[in-house]
Amino acid sequence: MSSYLMEYLPIVVFLAIAIGLSAAFVIGSVIVGAQRPDPEKLSAYECGFEAFDDSRSRFDIRFYLVAILFIIFDLEVAFLFPWAVSLGGIGAFGFWSMFVFLVVLTVGFIYEWKKGALDWD
Amino acid sequence: MIAPLFFYLFALMTVVSGLMVILARNPVHSVLFLILSFFNSAGLFVLLGAEFLAMLLVVVYVGAVAVLFLFVVMMLDINIDEMRQGFRQHLPLGLVVGLILIVELLMVFTQDLSTDNVLATNMSGEISNTAMIGQVLYTEYLLNFQVAGLILLVAMIGAITLTMRHREGVKRQNISEQNSRTRDETVQIVSVDSHVAPKVLDDSRAANKRLQ
Repeated sequence: MSSYLMEYLPIVVFLAIAIGLSAAFVIGSVIVGAQRPDPEKLSAYECGFEAFDDSRSRFDIRFYLVAILFIIFDLEVAFLFPWAVSLGGIGAFGFWSMFVFLVVLTVGFIYEWKKGALDWD
Repeated sequence: MIAPLFFYLFALMTVVSGLMVILARNPVHSVLFLILSFFNSAGLFVLLGAEFLAMLLVVVYVGAVAVLFLFVVMMLDINIDEMRQGFRQHLPLGLVVGLILIVELLMVFTQDLSTDNVLATNMSGEISNTAMIGQVLYTEYLLNFQVAGLILLVAMIGAITLTMRHREGVKRQNISEQNSRTRDETVQIVSVDSHVAPKVLDDSRAANKRLQ
């Protein structure tokens, strides 16, 4: 196997242990534990209570606004990674290319700051 | 070799979780299966040697887009029974769209995918995937890069203008105003006549004048 893929071996080992361990706990408790259900055991108990309402309800659109603004700046950062890695090779042109890109997005950032989109009343 | 085994694992998981996205009854479960298929696609990208795209898929799609999908799904107030009512009515349209997609996929598959311009990969190991993207994205594909920036700007402004609502009558905290208060303008010493009950509300203005 190539050395490139060997670098991912620890992640595979980690995932295998995590999946194996969690599966062992779930399956083990099903096999070993006594399963004698009755309505009282299966109902919500102690502090729990039956759900009042359907969980699908309208909520404030500002959560959506925060998420979409996060995506935009997430992508901006994503563009910075290859730029930072290859800045030595692409020279001044690449530098100013990214600079223009950042200026465009900074215009949007100033707009959103001044508009108060980052404030949570 | 183990690598083809992982390819089949990721590919199978991607297809199965993609199917579960449209088969799951609960839309929230659909989004969770979509996240699973994103992770498996990231695995496929890693096998292709496109490390940067794999990490981007996890960071952007799982970290941000999937959250947005969850918000949309939870916000839409979807009634599943109502959605299923129009099934027969919309069936012809759905079949037409599905047919077009199948034809498009067949047209892709019947083309020769082995040509160099489709699968141009440089797996020499001397240069990383991230550096390869960086070498061309900011110089050779300058226009696409700048257009991407403008699209992000438009998306930002569009989202703000569509969703920004400033509610009236909200009492906001103004920290700089609070900090710039001084003792002189907030504390006043009023000499109260001990025999008469003080009329604070009426006298406060007069007391202010007397201090000045």
